Amino acid sequence: MLSDGDIVLERLETRKWAPVTDPAPALSQQTEWILAVRDARDKVAFARLFAHFAPRLKAFVMKGGLGSGQAEEVVQDVMLTLWNKAHMFDPGRAQVSAWVYQIARNRQIDMQRRENRPVPEELAEAPDPDPDASAALALEQETDRLRRALASLRPEQREMIQKAYLGELTHQEIQAQTGLPLGTIKSRIRLGLERLRHELKHIRQT
Amino acid sequence: MTDIRHHIPEPMLAAYAAGTLPRAFELVIAAHISLCDECRAGLEAHEILGGALLDDTPCADLSEGLADRVMGLLDAPCAVREAPRRKGIYPGPVAEAMRNGAPRWKKLGMGVRQDILFHDKDGSARLLYIPPGAAVPDHGHRGTELTLVLQGAFNDETGYFGVGDLEVADEELEHTPTAAPGDPCICLAATDAPLRFGPLIPRLLQPVFRI
Repeated sequence: MLSDGDIVLERLETRKWAPVTDPAPALSQQTEWILAVRDARDKVAFARLFAHFAPRLKAFVMKGGLGSGQAEEVVQDVMLTLWNKAHMFDPGRAQVSAWVYQIARNRQIDMQRRENRPVPEELAEAPDPDPDASAALALEQETDRLRRALASLRPEQREMIQKAYLGELTHQEIQAQTGLPLGTIKSRIRLGLERLRHELKHIRQT
Repeated sequence: MTDIRHHIPEPMLAAYAAGTLPRAFELVIAAHISLCDECRAGLEAHEILGGALLDDTPCADLSEGLADRVMGLLDAPCAVREAPRRKGIYPGPVAEAMRNGAPRWKKLGMGVRQDILFHDKDGSARLLYIPPGAAVPDHGHRGTELTLVLQGAFNDETGYFGVGDLEVADEELEHTPTAAPGDPCICLAATDAPLRFGPLIPRLLQPVFRI
Protein backbone atom coordinates (compact mmCIF):
# COMPACT_ATOMS: atom_id res chain seq x y z
CA MET A 1 0.00 0.00 0.00
CA LEU A 2 1.31 3.41 -0.93
CA SER A 3 1.90 6.03 1.67
CA ASP A 4 0.87 9.62 1.06
CA GLY A 5 4.49 10.55 0.52
CA ASP A 6 4.84 8.11 -2.40
CA ILE A 7 1.80 9.52 -4.11
CA VAL A 8 3.15 13.02 -3.87
CA LEU A 9 6.44 11.86 -5.30
CA GLU A 10 4.71 10.03 -8.14
CA ARG A 11 2.65 13.10 -8.98
CA LEU A 12 5.72 15.27 -9.06
CA GLU A 13 7.43 12.83 -11.39
CA THR A 14 4.42 12.70 -13.63
CA ARG A 15 4.41 16.43 -13.85
CA LYS A 16 8.12 16.54 -14.56
CA TRP A 17 7.97 14.05 -17.41
CA ALA A 18 4.68 15.05 -18.93
CA PRO A 19 5.12 16.28 -22.51
CA VAL A 20 5.25 20.04 -22.66
CA THR A 21 2.32 21.30 -24.66
CA ASP A 22 3.73 23.92 -26.96
CA PRO A 23 1.23 26.19 -28.66
CA ALA A 24 3.95 27.59 -30.95
CA PRO A 25 4.10 26.29 -34.52
CA ALA A 26 6.64 23.59 -35.27
CA LEU A 27 9.75 24.07 -37.37
CA SER A 28 9.24 23.69 -41.11
CA GLN A 29 9.94 20.34 -42.71
CA GLN A 30 12.93 21.71 -44.56
CA THR A 31 14.50 22.84 -41.28
CA GLU A 32 13.77 19.47 -39.67
CA TRP A 33 15.42 17.72 -42.61
CA ILE A 34 18.59 19.80 -42.57
CA LEU A 35 18.88 19.37 -38.79
CA ALA A 36 18.59 15.59 -39.26
CA VAL A 37 21.36 15.81 -41.87
CA ARG A 38 23.44 18.03 -39.61
CA ASP A 39 23.04 16.03 -36.42
CA ALA A 40 22.60 12.45 -37.68
CA ARG A 41 23.94 12.48 -41.28
CA ASP A 42 20.45 11.28 -42.22
CA LYS A 43 20.43 10.31 -45.91
CA VAL A 44 16.66 9.90 -46.06
CA ALA A 45 16.27 13.48 -44.86
CA PHE A 46 18.85 14.56 -47.43
CA ALA A 47 16.95 12.75 -50.20
CA ARG A 48 13.86 14.75 -49.18
CA LEU A 49 15.82 18.00 -49.33
CA PHE A 50 17.07 16.99 -52.76
CA ALA A 51 13.55 16.15 -53.98
CA HIS A 52 12.33 19.54 -52.81
CA PHE A 53 15.17 21.79 -53.89
CA ALA A 54 16.85 20.20 -56.91
CA PRO A 55 13.96 20.76 -59.40
CA ARG A 56 13.35 24.30 -58.13
CA LEU A 57 17.02 25.19 -58.14
CA LYS A 58 17.42 23.87 -61.67
CA ALA A 59 14.53 26.04 -62.87
CA PHE A 60 15.89 29.02 -60.93
CA VAL A 61 19.38 28.91 -62.41
CA MET A 62 17.98 28.25 -65.89
CA LYS A 63 15.99 31.48 -65.53
CA GLY A 64 19.35 33.11 -64.91
CA GLY A 65 20.44 31.92 -68.35
CA LEU A 66 22.12 28.53 -67.87
CA GLY A 67 21.42 25.57 -70.15
CA SER A 68 19.95 22.37 -68.73
CA GLY A 69 23.28 20.52 -68.50
CA GLN A 70 25.13 23.33 -66.73
CA ALA A 71 22.14 23.93 -64.48
CA GLU A 72 22.29 20.30 -63.32
CA GLU A 73 26.00 20.68 -62.69
CA VAL A 74 25.17 23.60 -60.38
CA VAL A 75 22.40 21.57 -58.72
CA GLN A 76 24.77 18.66 -58.06
CA ASP A 77 27.51 20.90 -56.62
CA VAL A 78 25.10 22.89 -54.47
CA MET A 79 23.37 19.83 -53.02
CA LEU A 80 26.71 18.16 -52.24
CA THR A 81 27.92 21.37 -50.58
CA LEU A 82 24.73 21.41 -48.52
CA TRP A 83 25.47 17.85 -47.35
CA ASN A 84 29.12 18.61 -46.59
CA LYS A 85 28.59 21.93 -44.84
CA ALA A 86 25.46 20.99 -42.91
CA HIS A 87 27.42 21.13 -39.63
CA MET A 88 27.53 24.93 -40.09
CA PHE A 89 23.76 25.32 -40.34
CA ASP A 90 22.24 27.54 -37.66
CA PRO A 91 18.41 27.62 -37.80
CA GLY A 92 18.34 30.79 -35.72
CA ARG A 93 20.17 32.65 -38.47
CA ALA A 94 19.30 31.00 -41.76
CA GLN A 95 16.69 29.12 -43.73
CA VAL A 96 17.66 26.15 -45.91
CA SER A 97 16.33 27.92 -49.00
CA ALA A 98 18.54 30.94 -48.23
CA TRP A 99 21.53 28.66 -47.92
CA VAL A 100 20.76 26.94 -51.22
CA TYR A 101 20.33 30.35 -52.86
CA GLN A 102 23.65 31.63 -51.53
CA ILE A 103 25.65 28.49 -52.34
CA ALA A 104 24.17 28.47 -55.87
CA ARG A 105 25.09 32.13 -56.45
CA ASN A 106 28.67 31.53 -55.33
CA ARG A 107 28.97 28.42 -57.48
CA GLN A 108 27.59 30.13 -60.58
CA ILE A 109 29.99 33.04 -60.23
CA ASP A 110 32.96 30.73 -59.66
CA MET A 111 32.00 28.89 -62.85
CA GLN A 112 31.61 32.08 -64.89
CA ARG A 113 34.87 33.64 -63.73
CA ARG A 114 36.81 30.43 -63.34
CA GLU A 115 38.09 31.62 -60.01
CA ASN A 116 36.80 31.85 -56.46
CA ARG A 117 34.36 34.63 -55.73
CA PRO A 118 35.38 36.81 -52.76
CA VAL A 119 33.28 35.67 -49.78
CA PRO A 120 33.24 36.80 -46.12
CA GLU A 121 34.94 34.96 -43.30
CA GLU A 122 32.75 32.48 -41.49
CA LEU A 123 31.94 33.19 -37.89
CA ALA A 124 32.53 29.90 -36.17
CA GLU A 125 33.49 26.31 -36.74
CA ALA A 126 30.00 25.17 -35.85
CA PRO A 127 26.88 26.61 -34.28
CA ASP A 128 25.61 25.57 -30.88
CA PRO A 129 24.32 22.00 -31.36
CA ASP A 130 21.53 22.71 -28.89
CA PRO A 131 20.30 26.09 -30.05
CA ASP A 132 17.55 28.17 -28.66
CA ALA A 133 14.55 26.68 -30.47
CA SER A 134 12.56 29.86 -30.04
CA ALA A 135 15.12 31.75 -32.16
CA ALA A 136 14.66 29.27 -35.01
CA LEU A 137 10.87 29.51 -34.73
CA ALA A 138 10.96 33.29 -34.63
CA LEU A 139 13.02 33.39 -37.82
CA GLU A 140 10.62 31.00 -39.53
CA GLN A 141 7.66 33.14 -38.57
CA GLU A 142 9.36 36.20 -40.01
CA THR A 143 10.15 34.28 -43.19
CA ASP A 144 6.47 33.31 -43.45
CA ARG A 145 5.56 36.98 -43.15
CA LEU A 146 8.02 37.73 -45.93
CA ARG A 147 6.47 35.05 -48.17
CA ARG A 148 3.00 36.48 -47.59
CA ALA A 149 4.27 39.97 -48.34
CA LEU A 150 5.89 38.68 -51.55
CA ALA A 151 2.66 36.98 -52.57
CA SER A 152 0.69 40.19 -52.05
CA LEU A 153 2.88 42.31 -54.33
CA ARG A 154 1.55 43.57 -57.61
CA PRO A 155 2.83 41.40 -60.50
CA GLU A 156 5.18 44.10 -61.84
CA GLN A 157 6.67 44.72 -58.37
CA ARG A 158 7.18 41.03 -57.91
CA GLU A 159 8.84 40.79 -61.29
CA MET A 160 11.31 43.53 -60.35
CA ILE A 161 12.19 41.74 -57.11
CA GLN A 162 12.63 38.51 -58.99
CA LYS A 163 14.88 40.17 -61.54
CA ALA A 164 16.98 41.73 -58.80
CA TYR A 165 17.57 38.46 -56.96
CA LEU A 166 18.10 36.46 -60.13
CA GLY A 167 20.99 38.80 -60.86
CA GLU A 168 19.46 40.72 -63.74
CA LEU A 169 19.79 44.20 -62.23
CA THR A 170 22.88 46.22 -61.35
CA HIS A 171 23.21 47.75 -57.90
CA GLN A 172 22.33 51.12 -59.44
CA GLU A 173 19.07 49.63 -60.74
CA ILE A 174 18.07 47.91 -57.50
CA GLN A 175 15.59 49.89 -55.46
CA ALA A 176 16.46 49.98 -51.78
CA GLN A 177 12.85 50.24 -50.67
CA THR A 178 11.03 47.07 -51.56
CA GLY A 179 8.35 47.41 -48.91
CA LEU A 180 9.18 43.86 -47.80
CA PRO A 181 9.76 43.12 -44.09
CA LEU A 182 13.52 42.56 -44.44
CA GLY A 183 14.29 44.83 -41.48
CA THR A 184 12.62 42.53 -38.97
CA ILE A 185 14.40 39.49 -40.41
CA LYS A 186 17.67 41.36 -40.16
CA SER A 187 17.00 42.13 -36.47
CA ARG A 188 16.37 38.42 -35.81
CA ILE A 189 19.61 37.43 -37.53
CA ARG A 190 21.43 40.18 -35.66
CA LEU A 191 20.26 38.64 -32.38
CA GLY A 192 21.46 35.24 -33.57
CA LEU A 193 24.88 36.70 -34.36
CA GLU A 194 25.10 38.35 -30.95
CA ARG A 195 24.28 35.03 -29.30
CA LEU A 196 26.96 33.31 -31.35
CA ARG A 197 29.56 35.98 -30.55
CA HIS A 198 28.71 35.58 -26.89
CA GLU A 199 29.18 31.79 -27.08
CA LEU A 200 32.46 32.17 -28.95
CA LYS A 201 33.76 34.55 -26.32
CA HIS A 202 32.73 32.09 -23.64
CA ILE A 203 34.49 29.21 -25.44
CA ARG A 204 37.68 31.26 -25.77
CA GLN A 205 37.66 32.12 -22.09
CA THR A 206 37.27 28.54 -20.86
CA MET B 1 33.67 46.13 -34.08
CA THR B 2 30.74 48.09 -32.71
CA ASP B 3 32.39 51.37 -33.74
CA ILE B 4 31.69 50.97 -37.42
CA ARG B 5 29.59 53.90 -38.59
CA HIS B 6 29.80 53.76 -42.36
CA HIS B 7 28.09 50.68 -43.78
CA ILE B 8 27.27 49.05 -47.10
CA PRO B 9 24.39 50.80 -48.92
CA GLU B 10 21.35 48.51 -49.08
CA PRO B 11 21.16 48.16 -52.90
CA MET B 12 24.82 47.16 -52.97
CA LEU B 13 24.20 44.51 -50.32
CA ALA B 14 21.30 43.15 -52.37
CA ALA B 15 23.49 43.18 -55.49
CA TYR B 16 26.20 41.25 -53.64
CA ALA B 17 23.60 38.65 -52.59
CA ALA B 18 22.37 38.43 -56.20
CA GLY B 19 25.90 38.23 -57.57
CA THR B 20 25.88 41.24 -59.89
CA LEU B 21 28.74 43.30 -58.47
CA PRO B 22 32.14 43.42 -60.16
CA ARG B 23 34.76 41.26 -58.46
CA ALA B 24 36.66 44.26 -57.04
CA PHE B 25 33.50 45.47 -55.23
CA GLU B 26 32.73 41.94 -54.04
CA LEU B 27 36.13 41.88 -52.38
CA VAL B 28 35.42 45.09 -50.45
CA ILE B 29 31.90 43.98 -49.50
CA ALA B 30 33.12 40.55 -48.33
CA ALA B 31 35.90 42.24 -46.33
CA HIS B 32 33.50 44.71 -44.67
CA ILE B 33 31.05 41.91 -43.78
CA SER B 34 33.94 40.00 -42.22
CA LEU B 35 34.28 42.99 -39.83
CA CYS B 36 30.65 44.05 -39.43
CA ASP B 37 27.82 41.96 -37.97
CA GLU B 38 25.27 44.61 -38.89
CA CYS B 39 25.95 44.14 -42.61
CA ARG B 40 26.38 40.37 -42.22
CA ALA B 41 22.84 40.24 -40.82
CA GLY B 42 21.71 42.48 -43.69
CA LEU B 43 23.26 40.17 -46.28
CA GLU B 44 21.73 37.07 -44.68
CA ALA B 45 18.32 38.81 -44.74
CA HIS B 46 18.69 39.40 -48.49
CA GLU B 47 19.63 35.76 -48.90
CA ILE B 48 16.44 34.75 -47.09
CA LEU B 49 14.49 36.79 -49.64
CA GLY B 50 16.46 35.14 -52.47
CA GLY B 51 15.70 31.76 -50.89
CA ALA B 52 11.97 32.55 -50.64
CA LEU B 53 11.92 33.36 -54.37
CA LEU B 54 13.82 30.16 -55.13
CA ASP B 55 11.36 28.16 -53.03
CA ASP B 56 8.50 29.62 -55.07
CA THR B 57 9.97 28.69 -58.44
CA PRO B 58 7.98 26.08 -60.39
CA CYS B 59 9.94 22.82 -60.70
CA ALA B 60 11.99 21.85 -63.75
CA ASP B 61 12.37 18.21 -64.81
CA LEU B 62 15.61 16.60 -63.73
CA SER B 63 17.58 14.12 -65.81
CA GLU B 64 16.85 10.61 -64.75
CA GLY B 65 20.15 9.71 -63.12
CA LEU B 66 20.80 12.97 -61.24
CA ALA B 67 19.30 12.07 -57.87
CA ASP B 68 21.04 8.68 -57.79
CA ARG B 69 24.32 10.22 -58.84
CA VAL B 70 24.20 12.82 -56.08
CA MET B 71 23.11 10.28 -53.45
CA GLY B 72 25.99 8.05 -54.59
CA LEU B 73 28.48 10.86 -54.06
CA LEU B 74 27.55 11.58 -50.43
CA ASP B 75 30.23 9.31 -49.02
CA ALA B 76 32.87 10.31 -51.55
CA PRO B 77 35.48 12.79 -50.41
CA CYS B 78 34.39 16.24 -51.48
CA ALA B 79 36.53 19.33 -51.77
CA VAL B 80 34.39 21.96 -50.10
CA ARG B 81 35.88 25.39 -50.38
CA GLU B 82 37.18 26.60 -47.03
CA ALA B 83 36.04 30.03 -45.89
CA PRO B 84 38.93 32.50 -46.02
CA ARG B 85 40.75 33.26 -42.78
CA ARG B 86 41.89 36.58 -41.37
CA LYS B 87 45.59 37.37 -41.35
CA GLY B 88 46.54 40.16 -38.95
CA ILE B 89 44.71 43.30 -39.99
CA TYR B 90 43.64 41.71 -43.29
CA PRO B 91 40.14 40.22 -43.35
CA GLY B 92 39.93 36.69 -44.81
CA PRO B 93 38.92 37.63 -48.37
CA VAL B 94 41.74 40.22 -48.56
CA ALA B 95 44.29 37.71 -47.22
CA GLU B 96 43.03 35.31 -49.91
CA ALA B 97 43.41 37.96 -52.63
CA MET B 98 47.00 38.58 -51.45
CA ARG B 99 47.52 34.83 -51.88
CA ASN B 100 47.97 34.85 -48.11
CA GLY B 101 51.32 36.57 -48.34
CA ALA B 102 52.27 40.04 -47.16
CA PRO B 103 51.37 43.08 -49.28
CA ARG B 104 53.88 43.83 -52.02
CA TRP B 105 54.05 47.59 -51.58
CA LYS B 106 55.13 49.84 -54.44
CA LYS B 107 56.10 53.40 -53.61
CA LEU B 108 53.93 56.13 -55.04
CA GLY B 109 55.77 59.11 -53.51
CA MET B 110 55.18 61.21 -50.37
CA GLY B 111 55.40 58.00 -48.34
CA VAL B 112 52.23 56.63 -49.93
CA ARG B 113 52.39 53.03 -51.19
CA GLN B 114 50.05 50.70 -53.01
CA ASP B 115 49.66 47.04 -53.86
CA ILE B 116 47.36 46.31 -56.79
CA LEU B 117 45.59 43.07 -55.89
CA PHE B 118 43.98 42.64 -59.28
CA HIS B 119 42.48 44.59 -62.14
CA ASP B 120 40.37 43.65 -65.10
CA LYS B 121 37.90 45.26 -67.46
CA ASP B 122 35.31 45.52 -64.68
CA GLY B 123 37.52 47.38 -62.22
CA SER B 124 40.43 47.08 -59.85
CA ALA B 125 41.22 46.46 -56.19
CA ARG B 126 44.30 47.71 -54.36
CA LEU B 127 45.71 48.21 -50.90
CA LEU B 128 46.81 51.73 -50.03
CA TYR B 129 49.30 52.68 -47.32
CA ILE B 130 49.15 56.32 -46.20
CA PRO B 131 51.53 57.61 -43.49
CA PRO B 132 49.86 59.47 -40.60
CA GLY B 133 49.02 63.03 -41.58
CA ALA B 134 49.69 62.45 -45.30
CA ALA B 135 47.08 63.28 -47.88
CA VAL B 136 46.13 61.43 -51.02
CA PRO B 137 46.05 64.37 -53.48
CA ASP B 138 42.68 65.63 -54.51
CA HIS B 139 41.36 63.13 -56.95
CA GLY B 140 38.29 62.55 -58.96
CA HIS B 141 37.77 59.09 -60.38
CA ARG B 142 35.81 57.44 -63.07
CA GLY B 143 32.98 55.28 -61.85
CA THR B 144 32.35 54.46 -58.20
CA GLU B 145 35.14 54.01 -55.67
CA LEU B 146 34.81 51.97 -52.47
CA THR B 147 37.35 52.45 -49.69
CA LEU B 148 37.47 50.26 -46.58
CA VAL B 149 39.79 51.14 -43.69
CA LEU B 150 41.81 48.19 -42.36
CA GLN B 151 44.19 50.06 -40.05
CA GLY B 152 44.38 53.63 -38.75
CA ALA B 153 41.86 56.16 -40.01
CA PHE B 154 41.35 58.92 -42.55
CA ASN B 155 39.31 62.09 -42.84
CA ASP B 156 37.95 63.67 -45.94
CA GLU B 157 35.29 66.21 -46.90
CA THR B 158 32.56 63.70 -46.06
CA GLY B 159 33.67 62.60 -42.58
CA TYR B 160 35.88 60.41 -40.40
CA PHE B 161 36.57 56.81 -41.39
CA GLY B 162 38.05 54.34 -38.88
CA VAL B 163 38.73 50.59 -39.05
CA GLY B 164 35.83 48.79 -40.74
CA ASP B 165 34.26 51.96 -42.12
CA LEU B 166 33.36 51.93 -45.79
CA GLU B 167 33.33 55.03 -47.96
CA VAL B 168 31.31 54.94 -51.17
CA ALA B 169 32.40 57.76 -53.48
CA ASP B 170 30.73 58.35 -56.79
CA GLU B 171 32.19 60.08 -59.80
CA GLU B 172 31.15 63.55 -58.64
CA LEU B 173 33.00 63.44 -55.33
CA GLU B 174 36.31 65.33 -55.42
CA HIS B 175 37.87 64.44 -52.11
CA THR B 176 41.21 64.61 -50.33
CA PRO B 177 41.50 61.72 -47.89
CA THR B 178 44.07 62.56 -45.18
CA ALA B 179 45.39 59.89 -42.82
CA ALA B 180 44.68 60.58 -39.16
CA PRO B 181 47.56 60.78 -36.64
CA GLY B 182 48.63 57.47 -35.09
CA ASP B 183 49.14 54.29 -37.09
CA PRO B 184 49.65 54.53 -40.83
CA CYS B 185 46.31 54.23 -42.59
CA ILE B 186 45.92 51.03 -44.61
CA CYS B 187 42.87 50.83 -46.87
CA LEU B 188 41.37 48.48 -49.37
CA ALA B 189 40.16 50.53 -52.34
CA ALA B 190 38.20 49.37 -55.37
CA THR B 191 36.81 51.04 -58.47
CA ASP B 192 34.50 49.75 -61.16
CA ALA B 193 36.37 51.62 -63.89
CA PRO B 194 39.39 50.06 -65.57
CA LEU B 195 42.83 51.38 -64.70
CA ARG B 196 44.07 54.04 -67.06
CA PHE B 197 47.38 52.28 -67.53
CA GLY B 198 48.35 48.66 -67.29
CA PRO B 199 51.04 47.64 -64.85
CA LEU B 200 53.66 47.19 -67.57
CA ILE B 201 53.84 50.84 -68.60
CA PRO B 202 57.05 52.33 -67.15
CA ARG B 203 56.34 54.05 -63.87
CA LEU B 204 57.55 57.45 -65.07
CA LEU B 205 54.79 57.55 -67.62
CA GLN B 206 52.10 56.90 -65.08
CA PRO B 207 50.36 59.59 -63.14
CA VAL B 208 51.50 59.63 -59.52
CA PHE B 209 48.36 57.85 -58.44
CA ARG B 210 46.57 55.35 -60.56
CA ILE B 211 43.36 56.16 -58.81
